[in-house]
Amino acid sequence: MADSIGKKMGMSAKNRILSVIATAWFAILAIIIIFPVFAGLLASFRPGTELIRKGLSIDLDVSTMTLNNYIYLFSGNADSQKYFMWFRNSLFLTAVSVVGTLVICYIVAYGLSMYEYPLKNFLFFLVIATMMVPFEILILPLYKEMITLKLIDTTAGVVLPGICGASTVFFFRQYMIGLPKELLDAGRIDGATEYGICFKIMLPITKPAFAAMSILCAMGAWNNVLWPMLVYRNAAKFTLPIGLNTLLTPYGNNYDVLIAGSMFGILPVFIVFLCFQKYFIEGMTAGAVKG
Amino acid sequence: MKIKKFLYSQKAAPYVFVVPFILSFLFFWVYPLCSTITMSFQDIGPATSEWIGFKNYAKLLRDPTFRTAIANSFEYMLGTLILLIPFPMLFAVLMDSRLVKAKGFWKACLYLPALTSVVISGTLFRLMFSEYPTGQMNVITSALGLGTFKWLKMKSTGLGALLLTACWRWTGVNMLYFLSGLKGIDNALYESAEIDGANAWQKFRYVTIPLIKPTTIYVLTISVYAGLAMFMESFMLWAGPASPNNIGLTIVGYLYNRGIQKNDLGYGSAIGLVLLVIALIINIIQLIANGTFKKEER
Repeated sequence: MADSIGKKMGMSAKNRILSVIATAWFAILAIIIIFPVFAGLLASFRPGTELIRKGLSIDLDVSTMTLNNYIYLFSGNADSQKYFMWFRNSLFLTAVSVVGTLVICYIVAYGLSMYEYPLKNFLFFLVIATMMVPFEILILPLYKEMITLKLIDTTAGVVLPGICGASTVFFFRQYMIGLPKELLDAGRIDGATEYGICFKIMLPITKPAFAAMSILCAMGAWNNVLWPMLVYRNAAKFTLPIGLNTLLTPYGNNYDVLIAGSMFGILPVFIVFLCFQKYFIEGMTAGAVKG
Repeated sequence: MKIKKFLYSQKAAPYVFVVPFILSFLFFWVYPLCSTITMSFQDIGPATSEWIGFKNYAKLLRDPTFRTAIANSFEYMLGTLILLIPFPMLFAVLMDSRLVKAKGFWKACLYLPALTSVVISGTLFRLMFSEYPTGQMNVITSALGLGTFKWLKMKSTGLGALLLTACWRWTGVNMLYFLSGLKGIDNALYESAEIDGANAWQKFRYVTIPLIKPTTIYVLTISVYAGLAMFMESFMLWAGPASPNNIGLTIVGYLYNRGIQKNDLGYGSAIGLVLLVIALIINIIQLIANGTFKKEER
């Protein structure tokens, strides 16, 4: 609306003032949003005991800041080794979830979009139906099931229940419905099998969907807490969020690692975000466009 | 050979493709759902389980802690609906206008919290809501002359802390949802509204709001679900599933307490199913109210 006003009158003086106000408004919002992370970042340069004694607040006094926490974090001692073990576990879990989820969801979405067959709409309805049940209510029976299946403490136990995520299938299907079906027939004439067409012809042209979904899945897996926390019992398997959570003791003897480790743990996601910002937003908002 | 030929046929291929979904659907959805329904009618001991009919549900009805959990979850959900739908919508409209400069940068900043794990964001907010006068929130309230608060020990401020954490994490994300909805609106509609003499407010009211309704319904639906099923935020803010006087106890938190910590899977399942029924009822009411089922008539 303000859009078209701007077009008509050009950038008049009034509009220039409005523009400054609007931009300033987002600047204020951005400052509020960045504030806690910034406070955490500043705190990561001070002893962890300060956090216990004082809580967290912005303190710009540079003279009290040291690199000690980060030196400790990278020192290679027991705490440091533990931290990087969590880090590696998180990377591993993320890689497995992303690859597994994308392959499975692509195949399923392919089956739900490229062919005409009687059960197609019913199956798609079932995909949507799974979204109607919050995952949280399934944690108890799934937990019990994982014990029965001996999948407790395994990465398979963490990844499998979510491997055919409805929203990922939904996104791939939306994308693939728009692809030309003539390619399938062309492939068949060239003698490709149905599976050959799926993986050799269609998969390469679905790349943008893969890009968007891999980033979203990776972020979900990297930050996932509740379910991994239930499945992983062995401390050697803990991921970064679970590990950091174990440091939250009332005594705060480990807050040096907690605060520096938290800040360092945001870094990989942040770097990926800066590089692939477009895909983040694309993948995330895909579900909402259709409504 | 025959089987192989059949599996490679154009008729069988789609079914082969959807097999992973069917397996996942049966093993990780139908089975656990049925299992949790069965368990909710049982008293589950370490070795044996006994069929006790509706006793778990009868107990739930009389359980004051469960009522607290439901009230907390509802208050939190309503709070997020009030704070995380209209404001992100307005921000998106503003962001969509020509007035804002350096849009990409602001969008990235607002999206930043969504990149952090709930463990990290929860820890940061827990420390900012520290009851010491040097905690960030107390620094702010003291500067405003309001004194200091024991934020995480009182019901109202505890809920406020949860809502602030939620706003911090989701304002940017919801704004991006609305932005993608706004992109789908044809500019010609605004122009014709202008020709009819509509002012900015009227254009917002009669063009923008009706046309981003699908997005609004989507955001509303996920907010209702996420709000009712909220647990980790409270878990992190109080550094565990327990909070003073249960001010941070949510439905899923209670399910976790009973089902996982006390290993009472029967009672825990009953809690989960009550949550499911509540979520479905709200969702259906909301869809009917928004006329989603009448879509075909257009």
